[in-house]
Amino acid sequence: MTDLTHPAVWFYIPCAITWICFVISVGSPDRFIDYDWLWLLFRNMSPYFWSAMGVALAVGMSILGAAWGIFITGSSLVGAAIRVPRITSKNLISVIFCEAVAIYGVIVAIILQTKIEMVEPLKDSVTYSKWAMASGYAIFGSGVTCGFANLVCGMCVGIVGSSCALSDAQNSSLFVKILVVEIFGSALGLFGVIIGIIMSGGVKWSEDA
Amino acid sequence: MYGLEMMTFNIKDGFLEAIVRGHRSGLLTVGDYNNLSQCETLEDIKMNLTSTDYGAYIANEASPIYTANIVEKCTQKLVNDWNYMRSQADENLATFMDYCTYGHMIDNVVLIVTGTLHERDVQELLDKCHPLGMFDSIATLAVAQNMRELYRLVLVDTPLAPYFSENLTHEDLDEMNIEIMRNTLYKAYLDDFAAFCQTLGGTTAEIMGDMLAFETDRRALNITLNSIGTELTREDRKKLYSNFGLLYPHGHNELAIAEDFDQIRSAMEKVPAYSGIFSKLGYGESQMLDKLLYEEEVKKCVDCYEQQFHYGVFYSYMKLREQEIRNIMWISECVAQDQKGRISDGIVYIF
Repeated sequence: MTDLTHPAVWFYIPCAITWICFVISVGSPDRFIDYDWLWLLFRNMSPYFWSAMGVALAVGMSILGAAWGIFITGSSLVGAAIRVPRITSKNLISVIFCEAVAIYGVIVAIILQTKIEMVEPLKDSVTYSKWAMASGYAIFGSGVTCGFANLVCGMCVGIVGSSCALSDAQNSSLFVKILVVEIFGSALGLFGVIIGIIMSGGVKWSEDA
Repeated sequence: MYGLEMMTFNIKDGFLEAIVRGHRSGLLTVGDYNNLSQCETLEDIKMNLTSTDYGAYIANEASPIYTANIVEKCTQKLVNDWNYMRSQADENLATFMDYCTYGHMIDNVVLIVTGTLHERDVQELLDKCHPLGMFDSIATLAVAQNMRELYRLVLVDTPLAPYFSENLTHEDLDEMNIEIMRNTLYKAYLDDFAAFCQTLGGTTAEIMGDMLAFETDRRALNITLNSIGTELTREDRKKLYSNFGLLYPHGHNELAIAEDFDQIRSAMEKVPAYSGIFSKLGYGESQMLDKLLYEEEVKKCVDCYEQQFHYGVFYSYMKLREQEIRNIMWISECVAQDQKGRISDGIVYIF
């Protein structure tokens, strides 16, 4: 059934069409898409923008994932605990796993933030040296990796935690078995953290650093 | 989209789903039914029920206790649980839970209209109505003289209004037409409910689609069985079958022309899902059919609890509780009439 009020029709498609027209229309008249001009756009964006975005995404998306997981688990846990109060203490472990995801995000954000150094742009221009650009992109990529990995990890642990609470309410021997699934799920966030730290490990902002 | 609803279902309905699963764990098991079957009197049944989920409702009943009292208290528990969940339900779930109760509303309307036809007292009829299907102006049904008045005075303000069509409102109220009215309303209600579930999409659409398809096929079967040998024509019979389900449309064509049980059986056996039921019946038998259909319904309801994050659990809870109340009623009647040997014939075990 076509739904003409769907956001795709009124937001995404107009945005995409506008962006495409913009990209095609600006720039040189003898080329369809002016890549030199587009590179100018990127070249003039400060690496500090990218690195700040990386830090923001690292902590922001991780906390989004953790919050998502906690509410998914929490609502089922509260409802099931009305009838079976004994499940509350054990099932807080699911909530703790989700919380750990938020802590990963904070740790990575702090580490990334300490890697940002102050360098001057190149002489007589507003662009930065190649090391600075590379560092900016590395920190951005690191932040995105960690953020998205923790986002999905938090949701995964939350959904499994909800099922764990409901199963524990019916049959208490199931709790430990489903907890194993949750442990595997929370390893996903850890992967993102590790890759993020490795990616940002080699940043140097100037030649003699 | 299928699967992504896991991420957003708990925002509005996580708490209530957990509550209904808690209620489900309190349904009577085989052990409980065995204890109830051992009872000698209704007092023993009351004592056994006090140790189950029904405890708070039945413990303070004064002696002497009758079957009707037990059933009333058990139904009261279902109603209280349902209202507790319904009053906290957010949108979509609230509409869904209302849809679940429209079947009872239709039954109540038909009960009052039939009772009025037989000159019964309105208060007495109101007591017999199912509490989940009550609406405000239900007592006014006794005043209506024909179907048009019924619609215009009372039903136009209820949720049943869209199920009345033009050709229904020109009839007078007599036995045959009331039954046709009931079945036509039920057909429109099931079609509407199924369409609503499809708009909900995802797991709910799939599970409820399956359960409603069984419900509508069961009604088609019962309509056919009950109208063999009556003056209901084939076209009229066909109009009472729903527009979905496993039998739609070819099975309906065959059922419409069936004149005896064997033709019905051959029409139903063409659907693989139902051939299992009919293979358990010997040739020429139709008494066991009701019990087998109840068993099939209970099996579907229990299976729907295997999946999380859908609304089918609420519908199943209502069906399973009602089956349990039917079981308790059967056991109480057998005990009261001293026919304990027949208890196991009539119970449909849930777990």
